[in-house]
Amino acid sequence: MIQLTINGQPQQFESPINVTQLIDHLALHGKRIAIECNGEIIPRSQFSEQILDHGDQLEVVVAVGGG
Amino acid sequence: MDNLVIAGKTYTSRLLVGTGKYKDFSETRAAVEASGAEIITVAIRRTNIGQNFNEPNLLEVLPPSQYTLLPNTAGCYTVEDAVRTLRLARELLDGHSLVKLEVLGDPKTLYPNMVETLKAAEILIKEDFQVMVYTSDDPIIAKQLEDMGCVAVMPLASLIGSGMGILNPWNLQIIIDNAKIPVLVDAGVGTASDATIAMELGCDGVLMNTAIAAARDPVLMASAMRKAVEAGREAYLAGRMAKKLYSANPSSPTDGVIARADTTTKKSATGKSA
Repeated sequence: MIQLTINGQPQQFESPINVTQLIDHLALHGKRIAIECNGEIIPRSQFSEQILDHGDQLEVVVAVGGG
Repeated sequence: MDNLVIAGKTYTSRLLVGTGKYKDFSETRAAVEASGAEIITVAIRRTNIGQNFNEPNLLEVLPPSQYTLLPNTAGCYTVEDAVRTLRLARELLDGHSLVKLEVLGDPKTLYPNMVETLKAAEILIKEDFQVMVYTSDDPIIAKQLEDMGCVAVMPLASLIGSGMGILNPWNLQIIIDNAKIPVLVDAGVGTASDATIAMELGCDGVLMNTAIAAARDPVLMASAMRKAVEAGREAYLAGRMAKKLYSANPSSPTDGVIARADTTTKKSATGKSA
């Protein structure tokens, strides 16, 4: 088992996963989002290559109304 | 044409609006349309994990193909948070580099922390962001932000969300006089006349959110703001008359008045000017 922290919430996974798998897991496929892992942006082009492993801190963001 | 040019891009509207505090996306959209704004600000926030299957997305309502989206750093109190937020925004918006930087200093007043803002601006400019920067109305700081390469300076009229209007027009005037980049009043506008005064001072544009969103009828206020900004701009370009306490020069002709009343004779009759 590995643990990822996604937007501050811990979540368990059977084994390391790539970012595309995470997006499917979170039902965010097709949504306009941006993802940061341990403070670094993960470019969309690297979603299927970048492997997420135990202890990774992820931020998944969207655009919302603001001034 | 009298257009607003920011970072080499031309805009017809000098009113920029925020998209927060509306009751729903349909009101947001209606208000933005009524405002005529081409540049609209958005915030970057964590998505609700597991709760967004069919949740509508702001960018579906206000598509980047139709508007210039200006991601902000609202809620950021440190250089690191502001820079990270805008890096995420650039990724989210496919490399779009025009951003609104604000680093706040105090949750009670939302007054900007200019020391941190200067540091964040320097990092962002090195990373090729085009930075429109929220600032205090300090003319020296505003000039420093311009000199380091910000594409627009956006001094407050009064505190964010206060609706207090323009508290220090003289500082704004100095900032405008010194600047070679666009100066936009950001924050503090409460009603249409505030926006007009900002434009009459010579501001290049006005950015507002709460003044529209918190009006009883936001869509009507958005329309009022559009006219107010246009009116203020035209008045600025037209050049106002000189102020004087009173004028001996009436607007209507002094000759040809019927039943001619000779003021000299009258005064003589009363003996006051004899």
